[in-house]
Amino acid sequence: MAAPMLRGCCPGRRWALACIDHSSRHGRGAPTGSRCSGKRGQSSVAPQHLATAGKPRKGEHEWAAVVGLEVHAQISSNSKLFSGSQVHFVAPPNSLVSFFDASLPGTLPVLNRRCVEAAVMTGLALNCRINKKSLFDRKHYFYADLPAGYQITQQRLPIAVNGSLAYSIRVGAKRSQVINKTVRIKQIQLEQDSGKSLHDDLRSQTLIDLNRAGVGLLEVVLEPDMSCGEEAATAVRELQLILQALGTSQANMAEGQLRVDANISVHRPGEPLGVRTEVKNLNSARFLARAIDYEIQRQIRELENGGEILNETRSFDFKLGCTVPMRDKEGKQDYRFIPEPNLPPLLLYDSESLPAGADPQQVVNIDQIREQLPELPSVTREKLVQQYGMLPEQSLTLLNEVGLLEFFQNVIKETRAEPKKVTSWVLNTFLGFLKQQNLAVSESPVTSSALAELLDLLDRKAISSAAAKQVFRELWANEGKTPAQIISEKKLELMQDQEALEQLCQATLEEHPQVVMDVKKGNPRAINKLIGLVRKATLSRAEPAVIKEMLEKKLSS
Amino acid sequence: MWARAARLVLRAWAGGRRGFTSKAEPQESGRVTAEVIEHLERLALVDFGSQEAVARLETAIAFADRLREVDTDGVEPMESVLEDRCLYLRSDNVVEGNCAEELLQNSRRVVEDYFVAPPGNIPLPKLDEQESFSQS
Repeated sequence: MAAPMLRGCCPGRRWALACIDHSSRHGRGAPTGSRCSGKRGQSSVAPQHLATAGKPRKGEHEWAAVVGLEVHAQISSNSKLFSGSQVHFVAPPNSLVSFFDASLPGTLPVLNRRCVEAAVMTGLALNCRINKKSLFDRKHYFYADLPAGYQITQQRLPIAVNGSLAYSIRVGAKRSQVINKTVRIKQIQLEQDSGKSLHDDLRSQTLIDLNRAGVGLLEVVLEPDMSCGEEAATAVRELQLILQALGTSQANMAEGQLRVDANISVHRPGEPLGVRTEVKNLNSARFLARAIDYEIQRQIRELENGGEILNETRSFDFKLGCTVPMRDKEGKQDYRFIPEPNLPPLLLYDSESLPAGADPQQVVNIDQIREQLPELPSVTREKLVQQYGMLPEQSLTLLNEVGLLEFFQNVIKETRAEPKKVTSWVLNTFLGFLKQQNLAVSESPVTSSALAELLDLLDRKAISSAAAKQVFRELWANEGKTPAQIISEKKLELMQDQEALEQLCQATLEEHPQVVMDVKKGNPRAINKLIGLVRKATLSRAEPAVIKEMLEKKLSS
Repeated sequence: MWARAARLVLRAWAGGRRGFTSKAEPQESGRVTAEVIEHLERLALVDFGSQEAVARLETAIAFADRLREVDTDGVEPMESVLEDRCLYLRSDNVVEGNCAEELLQNSRRVVEDYFVAPPGNIPLPKLDEQESFSQS
């Protein structure tokens, strides 16, 4: 079978999928909509196109993928959504459970104000319309870690709708070009988390811990405006940064505070959307893109081989690197939604509609929350570009690595070196070392103060930039030493003694008459060889520019 | 086909719950087929067990169907009987929990402070054949 020929997009991938361009994408309706993704005016052409689709011709092996996401973010709160038991990641099993969380008869939900505020704040940050009236519903399914047999969610009228999330993708050979993209946000709904099941296959039993049962979740539904794993992963990363900036969720994927389900389909551009599959529980940033790309490829393969895509739920097996069909609770089912009878509608206010004399503890004011919005990552990046003359892609990297921005800011605060120099050192040298050893910023053996001191010495021209690199390597290897100590121990300071440097230059010239001849014959590269030899003689303690000047003076005399 | 029927039965059940169902479709007959029973058993994890229970279900549906006799045209549905009440907001304080011992008394089997449940969640046999339930 010939590998499907795909139109280029998502650069940097070995295979690339056809991206639907923006103008056509906005014309599409609901996630499941089957409207033509081409421009509206083309609708009369469409049937013709469809008629020829049966027999593939050259150049028709193009597929476009459509990816939508459902992201569950655990709300960062002290207590659960509807009960006063604690929210905490590590605790003895079933210790953070109230009678309501265990669904004992006679218990009732009492809504946590903090969770409502977190949802409103997240909605505002994601450019949503906040619904001043939203409703709670019950979604039924049976699972041992869902003691009530239903989850309270917001199916009919969620708290926030119609938002958007902007993110930037890097393209080009060196990934130095930045393309801005937007994904629409359908809605944000408040809902309860379930408990956790530990499957003991050996003894054929399931252990249930309800500590997580009832923790507040924000379900953020992203419209299918993405077309590959990288776009989806980048959008999720941006959402994660926003949630963390807001403090509405810690959004730590490793601790399950951010969980992603992806809806994926492929189709030929200009034709109706294909049947979609849902890949559940993409709980690792690393595997998110891979799982989505695998599923896109699988669907293309299946269709190219004359197969058919089933509307099914799949999970990603990270050991095998592929998606597999799921059964169990995830099988398509009837959720039998009903309005939650124990919770009246949730009403929100703005400064205008705020009822006079209302108990401030009992009303949530949207305008007040808007005023409290902290700086969002996009603004932080813009500021870095403005303030430090950084490139947009550099600001992206600085925010994407956990703790790197803080490290950078600490170095900037303590050094007199140029911001551009600091940027380059932090993003190239420092981050390069971290990546090489697979370390987080917090695990770095070099502190921000040590780097600041080193950059100061470089700025004062106390050391050459080559020596600075060496000092950095030493700092990395010998935790606890200061740059100044290393410089004096290794005698790396620049030669301040002009005479000594001149002597070295003279000696080098005398030792290499052949090279001197070459220079005199007009070979422009010969001088570089001499500079190199002198630098070696100085143990990299002299700047090449100074050596060059000195040599030229001597050679011309 | 049967899935459609199931939806009809469920709609009949949810007859009073507007907002979820559009205008209820007319009931085909008072009969509930074996397939529908099987589907309901799986959804609700209950065992109807006998023909008598099925007959009771049919009577209940017929009883609920009488709700259709009320003319509700032009009447705006209510969200809930509490819709004019204020939704009380609790401040975010930890005031409950730490009662694992009491809670675990409700469990027939306990392992190291975990509830013990059977593996999976669908006790009905022939799971593979039931996969087709998902298609409609």
